[in-house]
This record gives sequence, C-alpha cells and structure tokens, in this order.
Amino acid sequence: MSETNGSTNGATATLTRKDFVTDQEVRWCPGCGDYSLLAQTQKVMPDLGVPREKIVFVSGIGCSSRFPYYMHTYGFHTIHGRAPAIATGLKVSRPDLMVWVITGDGDALSIGGNHLLHVLRRNVDVKIVLFNNRIYGLTKGQYSPTSELGKKGVKSAPLGVPDHPLNPLSVAIGAEATFVARTVDTDIRHLIPILERAAAHKGAAFVEVYQNCNVYNDGAFAYLTERDVHDERTLYLEHGKPMLFGKERNRGIRLRGLDPEIVTLGENGVTEADILRHDEAKPVASLAYILSRLDYPDFPVPVGVLRAVERPTYDGILAEQEALAIQRSGPGDLEKMLNSGDTWVVE
Amino acid sequence: MAAQDTLDKHVEELESVVIRLAGDSGDGMQLTGGQFTRTAALIGNDISTLPDFPAEIRAPAGSLPGVSSFQLNFSSRDIYTPGDAPHVLVAMNPAALKTNLGDLEDGGILLINTDAFTRANLNKAGYKSNPLEDGSLSRYRLFKVPITSLNAKALEGLDMSQRQMERCKNFWALGLLYWLYNRSMDSTVQFLEQRFKDRPILYESNKRALMAGYNYGDTTEIFTTAYRVRKANLPAGKYRNITGAEAAAIGFVTAAQLFNKPLLYTAYPITPASEVLHEIVQYKHFGVKTFQAEDEIAAICAAIGASFGGHIGLTCTSGPGIALKSEAINLAHAVELPLVIADIQRSGPSTGMPTKTEQGDLLQCMFGRNSDSACAIVAPATPGDCFHMAIEAVRLALQFMTPVFFMSDGYLGNGSEPWRIPSVDDLPRFSVTHPTDPATFAPYQRDPATLVRPWAVPGTPGLEHRIGGIEKADITGNISYDPHNHHKMTVLRNEKIARIADYIPLQEVYGDSEGELLVLSWGSTYGAAITAVQKLREQGASVSHAHLRYLNPFPKNLGDIMQRFNKVLIPELNLGQLRLLIRARYLVDAVGLPKVQGVPFKVSEIVAKCEELLALGSRV
Repeated sequence: MSETNGSTNGATATLTRKDFVTDQEVRWCPGCGDYSLLAQTQKVMPDLGVPREKIVFVSGIGCSSRFPYYMHTYGFHTIHGRAPAIATGLKVSRPDLMVWVITGDGDALSIGGNHLLHVLRRNVDVKIVLFNNRIYGLTKGQYSPTSELGKKGVKSAPLGVPDHPLNPLSVAIGAEATFVARTVDTDIRHLIPILERAAAHKGAAFVEVYQNCNVYNDGAFAYLTERDVHDERTLYLEHGKPMLFGKERNRGIRLRGLDPEIVTLGENGVTEADILRHDEAKPVASLAYILSRLDYPDFPVPVGVLRAVERPTYDGILAEQEALAIQRSGPGDLEKMLNSGDTWVVE
Repeated sequence: MAAQDTLDKHVEELESVVIRLAGDSGDGMQLTGGQFTRTAALIGNDISTLPDFPAEIRAPAGSLPGVSSFQLNFSSRDIYTPGDAPHVLVAMNPAALKTNLGDLEDGGILLINTDAFTRANLNKAGYKSNPLEDGSLSRYRLFKVPITSLNAKALEGLDMSQRQMERCKNFWALGLLYWLYNRSMDSTVQFLEQRFKDRPILYESNKRALMAGYNYGDTTEIFTTAYRVRKANLPAGKYRNITGAEAAAIGFVTAAQLFNKPLLYTAYPITPASEVLHEIVQYKHFGVKTFQAEDEIAAICAAIGASFGGHIGLTCTSGPGIALKSEAINLAHAVELPLVIADIQRSGPSTGMPTKTEQGDLLQCMFGRNSDSACAIVAPATPGDCFHMAIEAVRLALQFMTPVFFMSDGYLGNGSEPWRIPSVDDLPRFSVTHPTDPATFAPYQRDPATLVRPWAVPGTPGLEHRIGGIEKADITGNISYDPHNHHKMTVLRNEKIARIADYIPLQEVYGDSEGELLVLSWGSTYGAAITAVQKLREQGASVSHAHLRYLNPFPKNLGDIMQRFNKVLIPELNLGQLRLLIRARYLVDAVGLPKVQGVPFKVSEIVAKCEELLALGSRV
C-alpha cells in the first residue's frame, strides 16, 4: 500500500523561488535572521528535483516554527518540541515525501530534546534545520538551553544564566546522527550548499544555523560574523582538505593526542602535512565530536559538514520488514486472519 | 486420548463451572488457564475468563504479592461474566490459598498442592498454623494432593534438573482438572507439540506431567465424581476464542482493509495496552506499520503525522499515557485530522495498580484537554466486541476527521470469550475521498451536513496548504486572531462531534422499554449488568438494561429512554463518571454504584443494588 516515489514526474522543471512563496504576511521582527533562512530555503527548493506537492515542512513552536506558513509546500505547524515525532510518523507512512523539520534551540533541545535524540539515532530520512539564536524569542526573552552560562540581560535570569549550555552538534553526534552540519544565517554562500547537502543526504540530516535574534539577543554571533574578525574565527570544513583558517589561511588545527591545538604554518617547523585533514565520512564519530567542541574564544568556530555517513534509514527498514512479512505470509488475507487459531462450528 | 465416556466413576452433569487457578507468578497459572479455556471453547462451552496477575514479573516465590490467578467460567448456557465466586479453587501454595480462599463458594472444591505447604511457605503467607491441619477449611471439599512430588515421580528418568521438572507441575494440575471435568487432552498435547517443536525434552516432560495428572484422577480413590458441562447453545456459526487485545488488534487491521487505508500503529510500552501491540505486529503483511516510540507523546505525534499523510494514525496506551498525550490530542482536534486513541484503562491515579482493571478514564477522555475540544468516544462491551468497536473507532475518525477514543480496559483486554467470526461481507464499508481540484479546494470549507472539512493529502498537486495549532480562519485555514472567527470555529469543531449522533446506531434496551428501573452501563461492566438484569427479570422485577457503546456523542434516543423509567442505576468501575455526564446532560437523577477495587463487578453486587432501589420504589 505504499506510494511510489514521485520525484521524477517532471513537475519541477519550471519552478522558481517565487513558486515557494506564500501569500501570507511574514510576521517575524524586521531584521530577524529568519528572513535570510526563508529566502535561501525558497531559493534552494526548485533545484532539489522534487515536485512541490511532495515537499512537507513540519515545525514545532517558536519563532522559527512559523516557517511552514511562508513556504508554498505542504506544511504542518504542530506543538512544542514534537515536530521530529510527527515528521517520523509522516515519513514512515509516506516515504515518497521529502520531509523537512524546522525547529529552534528551545524547541529541539529543551522541550523536544527526547524526540531529537531518537529521530537522529533511528536515522529517519528527514531534514532537520535548527535555528539557534540562544534565546527564547516568541515567549519574549527567557534563556534557552544554548544560552551561555552567566549570560546577563535575559528576562528569566537577572543575575545571569545559571545553566550550563548544550552544544547542538555534540548532542547530534552523540545521538548517532549520520549527517551533522553547521552554517550561519548571514553567510548566504555557505548556507545554500549546506541546505543542498542536507537535502541530498539519505537519512536524518541535522543542520544547526547560527541565527541572530535582533530583539532579544542581538549580536549573539557578532564575535563570529563581524567582517573584521570573521576569517580569523571561522573554520570552514571541507572534506579531504586540511583544516586551515585565517585571512592568510596560514593557521591550522593540529591534533596532539586527542587534544586539538592551533598552529601556524612555517612556525616551529609546522607544514601543511601536520594539519588535521577533514574526513566527514569517518565511520567512527570521534573526529566529528572533537570538531564539534571547537569554539570561540579558544578556537575558530567550525562551519560546514562535520559528519556525513551512510546507514540504513528507519523508514527503509520498516518498508523492508513489510516486504519480508509479505514474502513470508503472503499478502494479508482478511478471511484467513479472522478464521485463524482454533475454531469450531456451532450448528 | 479422547475423554472416555466409559469412566469407571460417576459423571455428574453441571450447567456451568467457575474454576480459579492460583499460584506463584512463576508457576504458569496464566498458561494453564489459557489451555483449559481453549479446550473448553473447542468442545463448545460458552466461556468467560479473568486473568489476574501482579505487575511484578516474579515477586519473591511464595509471597502474597507474587500470587497470580486465572479464573474461567465455562457453561452450557450463555454467560457474560467470569463468575462471581469460583466453584473450584486450585491453590499451588499457601499464599495462593490465603489470597483467593475468600472468594471460594461454601462447599466448593479446594484442590491443594500439599508439597508447597512447608513451614517456610506458611510463614511467607502469614499463616500461624497450617490450614490443612487446623480445620479452618472444613467448609470446603478439600482435596490434598502432593502435586510437586507426584509430578517429579512421573518425570523420573528424564534428563532434566529438578527445577526444570518442577516447572511442569502446572500441567500435572491441568491434567487432573481435565479428568475432573471430562475433557480431552488433545488440544493441549497439540499445543505442547507446537510450542516445544525444537525442544523435545520439554514436550515430553510436559506431556507426561499432563497425562500423569489425568491418570491420577482416573485411578485414585479421592475423587468419587467427575463432572461434565455440555456444549452451550450458542447462535450458529463459526467460533474462535478471543481476548479483547486480540480482537482489538484484528479489528484495527480489518478496518484498514475495509476502508482501504494503510495503518500506522504507534505505542510506548505500557501495561495493559502492550498486549494489543504484541498482537498487531503479527499483521505487517497487511501493510500495517508499527512504531514503538521513545515516549507516549512521540507515539501519538507519529500517529498524527501518518494522518496528515493520509493514512490511519492510531496510538494505543493506558490512562497515564493519555495524560501525556493530551496536548497532541488537542492538536488533532484543532487541525481536524483523523486519529484513533485506544485507551486500555487500568487502575489509577498515577501508576495505581497497572495490572488491575478500572473505568476511571472516562472524564479524562471526555474533557482532559485545554479549551472546548470534544472528541468522539466509543467503548467495547465484551472481548469480542473489541473487534467491532475498533472498526467503529476508525470509521468515525476517518468519516469525521476527528480524534476518537476507543475505551477498553484491562479486564476486557486480557479476558476472553468465544467469538462468532463475522463474515467479511457483513462488515461496514466506507470509502474515504480526498479532494484533488485546486479550483474548489479550501482546507476548512466544510460539508454543510456533517461539518467535516476536506482531507487533502501531501502529494496532491495544486493543493499545497498549511495547517497548524494556531486558530485558523474559517474556510481558508489561514492564521486568524479574529475574535468572532475563534468563537465560530470553536462552535463548529464541537458541533461536528455532536452531529456524529446522526451516524451511530440508536440505543437498544434489553427488557421492557419502560418500567421501574433502568440499569445503564458502559464498557466492560456489560457482562455483570446484563446477567444481573436477567436474573432479576426472571424473578419478575421491573428492570431493564441499556448498555452504552457510544459515549460521545450519546445515542440520540438515550434521553427518551431514561424518561420512561422511574429510576436509573449506573454501575461503573469509578466513583461515578458516567453518572456525572448523564446528570449534567439530561438532568436525570441517576443513582450510582461505584466500585474501584481493581476487579470487575460481581453480578450479585449489581443485583443487590437493584433490589435495594426496587424496594425503596415500592414503598413510595
């Protein structure tokens, strides 16, 4: 009873960004980083080769979760934290659909933390985009599970945030994710290919997007995005390439045992051969985890694909089990089922 | 090995017998009970069963909390309950005796495994003196049988440990019961053959134990009489024995076939609902998908995801799970997607008594959500009825784009009865239509008669649209904070549920359509209520019975029915939840008979309450 994949029906040929824009008034605050993400997502969609009617955006609650209302695809704005679970049910029922989950740091890592873990470890073929602004915006400025320890100026902790934050990438890697990436809302040239990579991944794809909330947490990522420091503080990860950064690309990451360190090419005899090479496809997630821990101010902030490995998808396994069951028992026969077990006839 | 009619001993005819087997939870009482049930069903008795076991998998051996029991009523006439008081109690140890003796009828048969009545076991059960010796059992027909040692003797020479041998003693006891009630051992031998296909030693040992028990009855002098319960006069047809969990599972699978919609069944492990999951996973070849979720919330959310995708989303749980699912149920109510929530109720509140039955979730299912958000509710009456009401729950969900509760309970789920297998052609059919025309589609444009919105599914070109938990504008479904729109949409969503009353059967009444007293019951109380009313009517009392299988909305004629009786009695396994609804809705001063002991009603309890009300009535 499962539908066949309809991605070849050709309806995508003439689609443009505009075909993915709805007539709904966008209600985010002017200047919000979400606008950029929406625009880039709409731009990426026509290139995915999937008919518009086969695309579904599912979200939970929060500023970012209004996203589906603005995408002219099928969309479901659900309840707080539960989008991964709803997307799981949708994808296993309808493997022919391309399912995106749009979520935020509070939605995915606080109230919905459990579902995020499980959708990742099951490797359900859904694309999860987490807008991380390190604050609760829609509820007006409470600290989130990614807010920095001791952070001042949040409404719910006047003396500073007392919670140690979660690192979304480390959580995803710990949860056995097969695709883990990070990008930044303002870095359009980086954002688009990352969304395309996520779309192309067969399995659960997890993308963290640093996103500025200009009302409740303005400048949260300025240490990274300001033009004068951007190159020195960003580590662009590229598969197979040495991990170099800086305007001159003369600084790099070297591993000393399990500990990363920053070295400079040409200093103390360091050559490019000493620099750690990125391998996103390593079966063991240790390297990806080490990379996920690199952070400002001790290290440049890694962006790009940390991990991309193949593993059977959950929806695929369920479909295989169904096929196996049919192979073993034949297609379901109602009469046979009703009449199974010990029966007797009363005259 | 057919039961011989050439028994040397006297055979006495009985109309019905209630047997209770009680032992340690590791003693295999549920298995033994299941075998006796199967055999009784196969020879054509009507049956009704009540398994009763602790939540602990194996509490310490010999302890009171570790006692597990299985009660079976088998009869040559129609029966609706597992029986009030057992006629026969098999007690495998002192703890089993202590916890079950109170229910045994005076003069009942008490079969005791004397080997287990050691000082240590007596202490564990809190016996100061040995009841086998102190005369305290003189009210019963006591049969003292050293089952453990007789069983061990029968298995002598087999290559197995003493412990393994001892595990066969339940089949020894079963063999003795087969002799006592003139049953064939064939079906159980076949069962053992199947079960231990790959372990011949276990087949051999259990079969030997079974036959040794049987032969013991045949050759010893202690039983002077064997009994026979003839076939029941059930309506003609093909039958099988079925538990409520089995019936619900195949009902859901059948519904998916009848309505031509794939099913996603989602669950998080919880007693007693998991039995349904264990059944339904066997039907993957019907295209049924199952999802064991990370928690109750994920389970229902996945079901909602399937519904959004155009399939049947169904989640099964028990009371604590319903509490966790409330927010998601309201999402399905608000966006108006089909969803079935099966609640196999258990004793609460909180963890309560997980393996014990109760009907305490009615108001939770009715109201346990924020704002005005009616959902449809159906409730099966018997184990077999779980099949039909499972189909009804799915039908209503699909037809009305709404969450529907299927309210069973532990007693129905684990209990069993002979089930007349329906003909597939007689089952209800209903075809779901999905819109395809972009020119006329609007997500919340309702059918004027039913108020049902169209179900456009992803994959349909041109119907791309968004839905969500935020209030939606009438017709378009766009976000709306308009005050009057919100009032209108709230009324529409609830009115839609009320109109389901036009699409469910009218309420039937057993007995006269008017009179002194109406017993109004719902769910698993059916058996005890109908039996009580039958008994009273045989004595000439003016009592009728109405049993509700549809609880929201109520059948349209329910108010009229109640008006024709002077009194209405509502027995329920809670403190009066249906009663509250009936009084609020109909201004009928219904009297309650509440019971929250974790066990079903006894017929005698309902009879007594009816008699009390009838006596009051005659004085007025």
